[in-house]
Amino acid sequence: MSSDRLAVRKTYKLYVNGAFPRSESGRTYEVTDAKGHFLANAALASRKDARDAVVAARAAFPKWSGATAYNRGQVLYRVAEVMEGRHVQFCEEVAAGEGLSSGKARAAVDAAIDRWVWYAGWTDKLASVLGGANPVAGPYFDFSVPEPTGVVAVLAPQRSSLLGLVSVLAPVLAGGNTAVVVTSKERPLPAVTLGEVLATSDVPAGVVNLLTGDAEEIGPWLAEHDDVDAVDLTGAPARRAMELERLAAGSIKRVLRPPAEEPDWTADPGLARMTPFLETKTVWHPMGV
Amino acid sequence: MTDLLDPHALAAETPPRREPPAPFRDVTRSGAAFRAFLHGLPGVDQVGAEARTAVLGTRSIKTTAKAWAIDTAIAMVDLTTLEGADTPGKVRSLAAKAKQPDPTDPATPQVAAVCVYGDLAGIAREALAGTGIHVAAVATAFPSGRASRAVKLADVQDAVANGADEIDMVIDRGAFLAGRYLDVYDEIAAVKEACGDAHLKVILETGELVTLDNVRRASWLAMLAGGDFIKTSTGKISPAATLPVCLVMLEAVRDFRAATGRQVGVKPAGGIRTTKDAIKHLVLINETVGPDWLSPDWFRFGASSLLNDLLLQRQKLRTGHYSGPDHVTVD
Repeated sequence: MSSDRLAVRKTYKLYVNGAFPRSESGRTYEVTDAKGHFLANAALASRKDARDAVVAARAAFPKWSGATAYNRGQVLYRVAEVMEGRHVQFCEEVAAGEGLSSGKARAAVDAAIDRWVWYAGWTDKLASVLGGANPVAGPYFDFSVPEPTGVVAVLAPQRSSLLGLVSVLAPVLAGGNTAVVVTSKERPLPAVTLGEVLATSDVPAGVVNLLTGDAEEIGPWLAEHDDVDAVDLTGAPARRAMELERLAAGSIKRVLRPPAEEPDWTADPGLARMTPFLETKTVWHPMGV
Repeated sequence: MTDLLDPHALAAETPPRREPPAPFRDVTRSGAAFRAFLHGLPGVDQVGAEARTAVLGTRSIKTTAKAWAIDTAIAMVDLTTLEGADTPGKVRSLAAKAKQPDPTDPATPQVAAVCVYGDLAGIAREALAGTGIHVAAVATAFPSGRASRAVKLADVQDAVANGADEIDMVIDRGAFLAGRYLDVYDEIAAVKEACGDAHLKVILETGELVTLDNVRRASWLAMLAGGDFIKTSTGKISPAATLPVCLVMLEAVRDFRAATGRQVGVKPAGGIRTTKDAIKHLVLINETVGPDWLSPDWFRFGASSLLNDLLLQRQKLRTGHYSGPDHVTVD
């Protein structure tokens, strides 16, 4: 029966504001597997898609950052649940894109889902670990609490298409930020599937926006955008990193510099990817008499 | 004022009906004749109108043309606040924004007018003195238009006395939809009279007129009765200004000028929030009625949030990078 059935081929699109638009530019590009065989035509996002994504992320910020930390943890855990249901699909895409054996691809997907769960657990613990009551020399209660930075533009890792993506996206969300992500250019398919996962979990529209395309093309527009509060340059081309950081300085963004080369994502991430996108608010309150 | 509110006071001295301009002098001789004239206007092809505006909406306006379009659109904005919670302070801050929309760039043009409720027209007039920016006031029991004619006329006179030089009136949609066209005509004519020197914009509230045929009829009715502008909507009803509605109204003012020699302006209001929407309207004007209407004297945008988007796009063109809502004022 399989031979005479018409193939149902998928259109890979962007994920912006909870919907799946094509690129505003109408552009697409060919995605190949690790051996160079054709896999799919993905949307090639333009600067205007990035602009729309920032508008969506900004609009989603008050609700997401205003949700209780506990609720954010529940929502993120739900994402991991839905990812688990797509396990086979993720494995196929990671194996094809990264050229891994099925066993290694499976390990990468398992690690990605576990990583998401790990960050989901952090949402309501950050305040205790990073904040607290400060001893001050006066009759005041003095508290420090971490608050999300705002809209974070993330240039996702180019090599690790799922574990790497999750490792940079989940920490941004856990702190209460909203994200505009430019995915791996050569290996965007797991990101597209992650968009489908996010759309069918409880993450509000606009909290995550995934743009498949070229970080070198879109990166500067996001780095210079006045309404983006922070940039994670992990997936930026090494030779452009300095320039991107300079562009980001115009609007005093938080910048997370790229590592010299893509790290081993299976290592324990610690808090290093959450703290750059948190601001510390300190409140002084008179003790009274 | 009490004698004006007495319905018999006016009925006793009903003035003769204002005559429409030639060659339409006799169309208002009776209700039946007026109805026959309005219903004799060519029908509107709704599918065609939508297709035409959809095609024009795809025009790509870039670089210098876009810069010109943005500045033109800013100069056409009727900066509006029509909330129950409006205060003198809010009107003054709106007036300040009208004078200098973008404090970071003094080259930004001023807007055309500030549009407020009649009781705040005096505050706006004072704040805008000497700037050349018009003060528009909504009147005639805005937005519903549900009041007696005497009350509506008093509303208009009050707004004019407070310093408004443009009056945005609403038509009686109930009378229009019931087919009492002459009543609507007489009311517009009476309001025009009460306006004195003030410009009269006639709000058709197209969202309640249901069909594009009705929009064409209401446009002609308002122009015959002496309106200086025809305006789509109050902004309180959805759908408000849509491109097909604007197309029909532009065709009406074009045909009206061809027939009578009098030019009437058009003001879409409500629902125009982005620079892209505004530029689509400018393209529509240029392709429908030509550049004669591409001026704040003949075309206005009734808007509040549109101005901020225009300013953001203007900043983008000036600086080369995207701006954000932190860089414009919160109204």
